[in-house]
Amino acid sequence: MTIPMTDQKHIMLRVEEKKMESREFATLFFQYALPFAPGQFIMVWIPGIDEKPYTLSYHSDKRFAITIEAKGIFSQKAVTLDKGDLVGIRGPFGKGFDIKPDETVAVVAGGFGMAPLATLVETLNKNTTIIHGAKSKAFLLYPERFNIQRQFCTDDGSFGHKGLVTDLLEKEIASGKHFDCVYTCGPEIMMYHVFTLCEHHHIPCQVSLERYMRCGFGVCGACVCGKQVVCRDGPVFNTDALRQMRDFNTRALLKSGKAVDLTEYFSWRCKS
Amino acid sequence: MMTLQFLGKTLKNPTVLASGILGNSKDILERVYENGCGLVTMKSIGPAPRDGHKNPTVLDLGHGMINAVGLPSPGYLNMENEWKNLEQRDFPLIASVYGGSVREYQMVAEFVCSKKPDFIEINISCPNSEQHGMIFGINRQSSHDVVSAVKSVINVPLIVKLTPQAPDIADIAKACEGAGADVICAINTAGPGMVIDIESRMPVLAFKKGGLSGPMIKPIAVRCVFDIYKAVNIPIIGLGGITTGEDAIEIIMAGASLVGIGSAVRYRGIDVFQQVADEMDDWLSTHQLSLKEIKGAAHKEKK
Repeated sequence: MTIPMTDQKHIMLRVEEKKMESREFATLFFQYALPFAPGQFIMVWIPGIDEKPYTLSYHSDKRFAITIEAKGIFSQKAVTLDKGDLVGIRGPFGKGFDIKPDETVAVVAGGFGMAPLATLVETLNKNTTIIHGAKSKAFLLYPERFNIQRQFCTDDGSFGHKGLVTDLLEKEIASGKHFDCVYTCGPEIMMYHVFTLCEHHHIPCQVSLERYMRCGFGVCGACVCGKQVVCRDGPVFNTDALRQMRDFNTRALLKSGKAVDLTEYFSWRCKS
Repeated sequence: MMTLQFLGKTLKNPTVLASGILGNSKDILERVYENGCGLVTMKSIGPAPRDGHKNPTVLDLGHGMINAVGLPSPGYLNMENEWKNLEQRDFPLIASVYGGSVREYQMVAEFVCSKKPDFIEINISCPNSEQHGMIFGINRQSSHDVVSAVKSVINVPLIVKLTPQAPDIADIAKACEGAGADVICAINTAGPGMVIDIESRMPVLAFKKGGLSGPMIKPIAVRCVFDIYKAVNIPIIGLGGITTGEDAIEIIMAGASLVGIGSAVRYRGIDVFQQVADEMDDWLSTHQLSLKEIKGAAHKEKK
């Protein structure tokens, strides 16, 4: 029997345009037609530095973009890239969101979690509820981007409701609003609370997870989470998968493969 | 139908998860087993915590892959939770170990043995570290020394994984057999090779070079297993580019008793193990043959 071989060799692209979204976020645009479904990701290589997974934050049939939050060694370098600079791309990889354009859905974003949700939002109908939280106003990504109204919240009250995204979601549900699905991305503890709330109200949920990755296509095992391989089975997981995923909101692997709790994991990830 | 006995263990079929693929936790090993794998291998365990190399570490070249992951390991003393989880397993397990000296191989293997894996594999063949792995497996004497040192401290069967980089892999296999190895596993990745990006003029892998795997190395694997089979009397786990049932039959005809699968997870998914086992089964029943009858069948002089 013949097995169809893939061709996922990296491609080199030059930054076409750079946009500072705010003090905290930069978006790099590339002129390239990349087949992509919201929720998928690409591996981005800066020659001589490192390679990391990024979701596409903008996508059309002519160009795409990634948005970067300057945090660790790689992302601090990435935000200094500008027009004409060369990066390598592999992918897209993984399974994205199961999109239901005609249903009544909610999108719950925490901080930088808006980046993978942005291309999803652009496929959804006007009846969509968007709840967008961050630690403060400066960390609310794309505050003016969509033509669907958003409810904002911040930890410090500098913009919108002072409090958590789950406060707003719970209020929506309590007001009698029916949701066919809730999509979420943000800090894992936040997604866990969104998931728990959805479970309580029997609402299907789709979350986008993050783990340290190497290959991007399901062989190296760096990103395993319970029985799931985040880069290949995910990064988007639905309610059925989450119910059985014992590492969800509990543990993740460091680069060495050592399993640690999420506090230790995320404090390392922010620096790497 | 494919159930077989292998050194006292019952395996549901002859497929083996190659070391370095998935293998990071009990949960994922269990999933591989549930997807048809007869025998699973943990990622190689080292003497100290090790991060491995920076990315890019793994590239798909279409006809196979190149990788320099670089032997990441929590270190043998930092895996207590995983060992505890693995105590509860209901599947057969190979623990792969590596070291930077004969003493380190011995120390890690002795400790790992106390955690009761069904087999211990020593990795003397990884090309992605200057200090570990392959430097032991390209030389007859150092291969012999590692095997004999490890064999003296463990009480489960010892598998030795070899590199096609050895000038004469059959000779190394013979030295390992002489030192007490119970099984030969061949081959680890070939090469090493290199991919240079012509725009940035830089090697793409952060480690610059990396081991080759997948369909492009299958003929090397088949030749190595063929040569080893002629040289030794202990069983062989054959691997290197095995992707289909027909590939598996081919390497068994070269002399393998079990068949390792690694990169094919990329091309066919985690259930590649069940697919390969089913395809082997189909081929065997179509030809009215058994695994026993085809093992080493390409060696006419051995019949």
